Amino acid sequence: MIPQTNRSVLGAGRQAPEFTLQCTPDQTVSLNEFRGRPVVLAFYPADFSPVCGDQMALYNEMLNEFQEFEAELVGLSVDGAWCHAAFAKQNKLHFSLLADFEPKGAVARSYGVYDEKEGTCERALFVIDRDGIIRWSYVSPIGVNPGANGILSALEDLQTKSETTEAAK
Amino acid sequence: MTKSRTLPDTERDHVSGSVKGAIKLLEYGDYECPFCADAQPIVKEIQRRLGDDLLFAFRHFPLINIHPHSEHAAEAAEAAGAQENFWGMHDLLFENQSALEDQDLVAYAGKLSLDETRLIREVTSSVYALRIREDFKSGVRGGVNGTPTFFINGERYDGPRDVGHFLEALSKQTVEK
Repeated sequence: MIPQTNRSVLGAGRQAPEFTLQCTPDQTVSLNEFRGRPVVLAFYPADFSPVCGDQMALYNEMLNEFQEFEAELVGLSVDGAWCHAAFAKQNKLHFSLLADFEPKGAVARSYGVYDEKEGTCERALFVIDRDGIIRWSYVSPIGVNPGANGILSALEDLQTKSETTEAAK
Repeated sequence: MTKSRTLPDTERDHVSGSVKGAIKLLEYGDYECPFCADAQPIVKEIQRRLGDDLLFAFRHFPLINIHPHSEHAAEAAEAAGAQENFWGMHDLLFENQSALEDQDLVAYAGKLSLDETRLIREVTSSVYALRIREDFKSGVRGGVNGTPTFFINGERYDGPRDVGHFLEALSKQTVEK
């Protein structure tokens, strides 16, 4: 699914790089806080740009669906925490937006989805399992909203696999 | 993704036109979305031009956080559907997108000579919430990423939303048939 030009993007089977980022102007969140639950990372280029607005607005409507998989969704861009706060308020977002702001784009780089030329995150999705292993990743063309079907399919696969593992025990 | 998911289901969906129509157009839309309202006259024109060659279906895809009236509007269309006039309400909602308060919905029910009391009772008690959610979920799984999203014979149409381009894409389908 990953375009050939994005060879550096971390794919299935890789350990998800750890991070601690600001989720509000006075709070931080670390990836390992979600251990035990699937995590969906949605990297996007910028707050307030039209397509991302749609993409984040769509995910915002789907929090119940993600919850059915006990999955945690977070959005990430290089915008600062105050900018995220304004964007979340405007769009009534009910999930966390993390600020990959200082050093700029460091987390996106560690996942292989930093666009050096534009200085923003690419539009990339990662589904991480309960043990912190990436199980699915996808990079969308910058102007194309990837929707949520791929995320839901990946979460379904995770659920099926963990049920099979449980049954084998 | 399965194509059947993005084809009109005449058993379940609100459909307009001929069920025998070779061209099947499915829209996922939100009554409070300005782009959907813009697309409305274009859909009408396509329906007029293609006549019985076309089967049109509409499914709800309300983004209720950014469009606070979209859920009740979708409920109102469904409630009107239960009184056999889905399309009458559908048109009124798009034509009056800036007036979608509950009292407006009551007025539209009156305009369509529907049972206003029943309609608003159903709207405010979210009688059709499950069905609207089913529409939404089917859209997500079918590849809808915003509104409006159109599917022509099951394939997502990503081209410009004007009559000319639409007709071109639709007529390709007739040639292929």
